[in-house]
Amino acid sequence: MSEPLIRTVGLTRHFKVGSFFSRQLLHAVDDVNFTIEPGEIVALVGESGSGKSTIARLLARVYEPTSGEIFFEGRPVAGMRSRRERLAYASEVPMVFQDPFSSINPAYRVDHGVIRAFKLHRRGVVRGDRQGEVERVFAEVGLTPPASASRKFPHELSGGQRQRVGFAQALAFRPKLIVADEPVSMLDVSIRIGVLNLMSELREREGVSFLYITHDVASARYIADRVLVMYGGHLVEEGATEDVLQRPKHPYTQLLLSAVPDPRAPLGLSDAADVGEPPRVVNPEEGCRFQPRCPLAIARCESETPLLRDLGPGRLAACHVAEPDRVGAAVTA
Amino acid sequence: MLLDVANLRVRYRTSKGPVRAVDGIDLTLEKSQVFGVVGESGCGKSTLVYAIARLLGPPFSGEIIGGQIMFQGRDMVTLAERQLRHVRWREFSVVMQSAMNALNPVLTIAAQMRDACKAHSTMSDREIEERSREVLRLVSIDPIHLHSYPHQLSGGMRQRAMIAMALLFTPDLVIMDEPTSALDVVAQRSLMMQIKELQQRLGFAVVFVTHDMSLVSHFSDRLLVMYAGQVAEFGDTRRVFDTPRHPYTRALLEAFPSIRGPKTHLLGIPGSPPDLARPPSGCRFSPRCPVARPTCHATPPRLVEVESDLVRCVLYDDAALERDPVAAES
Repeated sequence: MSEPLIRTVGLTRHFKVGSFFSRQLLHAVDDVNFTIEPGEIVALVGESGSGKSTIARLLARVYEPTSGEIFFEGRPVAGMRSRRERLAYASEVPMVFQDPFSSINPAYRVDHGVIRAFKLHRRGVVRGDRQGEVERVFAEVGLTPPASASRKFPHELSGGQRQRVGFAQALAFRPKLIVADEPVSMLDVSIRIGVLNLMSELREREGVSFLYITHDVASARYIADRVLVMYGGHLVEEGATEDVLQRPKHPYTQLLLSAVPDPRAPLGLSDAADVGEPPRVVNPEEGCRFQPRCPLAIARCESETPLLRDLGPGRLAACHVAEPDRVGAAVTA
Repeated sequence: MLLDVANLRVRYRTSKGPVRAVDGIDLTLEKSQVFGVVGESGCGKSTLVYAIARLLGPPFSGEIIGGQIMFQGRDMVTLAERQLRHVRWREFSVVMQSAMNALNPVLTIAAQMRDACKAHSTMSDREIEERSREVLRLVSIDPIHLHSYPHQLSGGMRQRAMIAMALLFTPDLVIMDEPTSALDVVAQRSLMMQIKELQQRLGFAVVFVTHDMSLVSHFSDRLLVMYAGQVAEFGDTRRVFDTPRHPYTRALLEAFPSIRGPKTHLLGIPGSPPDLARPPSGCRFSPRCPVARPTCHATPPRLVEVESDLVRCVLYDDAALERDPVAAES
């Protein structure tokens, strides 16, 4: 029993890049293992190019993994081959995209996507029930009054409202996990919080799990139970949100946290400006991928790829230097 | 004084009728000062800075319908296109919002820098090449990237290349319209540090537009909070952060979670900025304001001076409060 909703084992995705004669392999995601429990909000954080969105697309089956497997409620996703099984999986794990301006078809009213979901994935909702069900999901995402909101065209809605339409489309499937790829980063700061609150409410009311992909650690803290930190295609740290934020183990997590602008904290120019770039992992060699930017790097980091190590209850980090919490410190947490 | 804007008004013609995107803005900027402009989308921030740079012509169809923009002793509003050519790039330059779209994808960085130099100076090709290398080094891009195309650079590098171009003539004023909004947090922070460092070293003034207040907190000297084309609050940045006066400023500051301190449930700012074709009567923020009183919905508040800073809210206007029956009771 107690099989998680999603479990990945050695999930890997490589892309071929370069011309015919200089064929190279871009390692977008390398050997990633994580789980998502029912009703859990998991945040996946990292810089652009760290492989976050590739993981989202692997979960949504836009890409097939190069190697490794995804288990959905214990069943291997790669084994779902028939059209019926594929549609069933797609409706249980829908995606919400970053750009609310280009992810909704501008030629149709916004209920189009929801009704299409019923036709494709929920044949049980017969024609007569559809309008009521449309209004239910629109009310659920806070677009009121649902009857008139659902008949609007995308250009009549603001960015925040369009993103809510994205969630309405996802909800129409009666999903178990919504993969939200940077759902708020294109929105104004003042309306981001509304969309984040919506995600926690949907979790409370509908019991949906979320994989929330973001580069904004503060918003991850606001809604997520657990955080996964990615760097250069590797998972480098994992743990309960508050735990990771208060006591980051991996030097990359520390860098990420120090970059969050905080108007209340003092800041001097003495703070070293990190001019490093996230790596494009092409034909990688053995060694830690963060090592060129790492302030704590030791000789071993150059020659040996650190694996995720257990550093306390529920805490994992892939770093040769990171230390586990002392027993006393762990107890007070 | 470097820049002195007085009662600036900008109008767009739209199918719904005229829209006053900037409605009576005053501001002053001293040499080497950093000036932040914050507010939500649709508050007129970008219109304000494009008006200052006189970039509102086609395709933007905006026109300045009143006010004055004194820049280095010249009125930018009345300056002819031919005279503008001597001022642009040389005395002030603009860093656009998205480097991805602002750089020409089919020209190398070197070619784009050469264009700007040829149009605004009589430098020789050798001088241009040398200056281009110099400005790239300023923003810590290795000059070997001079002959790269924009797509060969990362997002952060493209944005830094834009800033390098803006510094070609060491202007006195650099206008930056959301220069970091396309970047993730780590790149954002390193770019902000670099801008600040360059600004202190070269002594140019900066007008910096953003919707993310936390970005400007350590960066700007003066802060202008705009709402619906008007000044909501204007003052010393530190003071605005420590004791925000306007309810809108307070709402912006509390709109987004922090990574420190206790976790609290946030609400953001309910509603959205008003349609400027039909601004609400009374205070423009009143429909969204948590502390609005009856008078706010009826009479537009004056811009009042509080300890040499400005705020447009009836709460700080003693004369208006006296006339307000609700306030008199309490």
